[in-house]
Amino acid sequence: MSLPISTSSTSGLVIAAIAGIIFGILLHRGRVTDYNVIVNQFRLKDFTVLRIMFTAIVVGGIGVFILHGNDLAAYHIKPTLLAAVIVGALIFGVGMVLLGYCPGTGVAAAATGRLHAIAGFVGMIAGGIVYAFTFPAIKDGFMTIGDKGKIRLPDVTPIPEVAWWILLVIVALTLFKFLPKAQKESPGA
Amino acid sequence: MSLKKSIITTPHWNPYLVGAAIGILSWLVFLVVDKPLGMSTEISKWSGATTSIVAGSETVNNNAYWAKTAPKIGYSTIFLVATAVGAFVSAILSKDFKVELVPQVWADRFGPSATKRYVGAFIGGILLMFGARMAGGCTSGHGISGSLQLAVSSWIFFITMFIGGVIAARVMFPSNK
Repeated sequence: MSLPISTSSTSGLVIAAIAGIIFGILLHRGRVTDYNVIVNQFRLKDFTVLRIMFTAIVVGGIGVFILHGNDLAAYHIKPTLLAAVIVGALIFGVGMVLLGYCPGTGVAAAATGRLHAIAGFVGMIAGGIVYAFTFPAIKDGFMTIGDKGKIRLPDVTPIPEVAWWILLVIVALTLFKFLPKAQKESPGA
Repeated sequence: MSLKKSIITTPHWNPYLVGAAIGILSWLVFLVVDKPLGMSTEISKWSGATTSIVAGSETVNNNAYWAKTAPKIGYSTIFLVATAVGAFVSAILSKDFKVELVPQVWADRFGPSATKRYVGAFIGGILLMFGARMAGGCTSGHGISGSLQLAVSSWIFFITMFIGGVIAARVMFPSNK
């Protein structure tokens, strides 16, 4: 069997099922399917979200870097469209606090009985429709502002890739050491 | 209680363990299917499918955005549904499945009204997906999958999203006690 497997093949779909189930279990056991945990992250009262994300980035990134170095993985870099990424991220951040979930955790939360996450999911579908109808009006103007292409941190800084990972491990460990200890069960405020 | 049993039934795992496991899951999907973890592109396809049902497929086919991400059932659809299945099974096994209409932190600030919470969640969902599509990804696609590839766009997204969320939380929950 040669890798990668096509995502449209039967084996690819089986992988999607396995990866999704594992992802859903991890989101739930990591407590990020809990509205209170996510909102308290943005209130700087509970740092579970940052702990999970930073660990995932460092562990995942070093592994993918090694795979890539051995021609076993390809990078999929999203383009840096400065205006779109910055404005989109700000809107996303506001939406995440109002809903209390991001798209992945919202889907997972709805499946654990958090019915308000279903209202959020319906909102997400509506938001996708609003965006699709907005896109034609902004695609040639706003969306092209600050288009830097598909760039990576080692491309645009004098810091080589290995040094980036050493740096990020140090940042992560420092962050984990000084972040306030996990709160008691949310909604512990 | 045996160790194995406690891992299955305990509703909360160590966040570093969960983060590391998501990282390892990323290795596997990069290696095996060459497809980073992501969620919001798939949800925008559900938006396209919904529009197709309500307004007809012509509307979707003629739209410049959906021309790039045509709605069809595939890998990402299975991944989304499986994420829900995984969370459901995990909640059942740890006896954490519960019908929740209004979460505690919301109720403490905005009161027990389910209607108010649903309207908030719905508007939050609209903003979330609008922002994700404009930025080109969400917490999974940009925040984790993109950042771990050291993509400049993803680090800008991650940091800006976090700042935006902290400001929004300050406004929504002014008495930050």
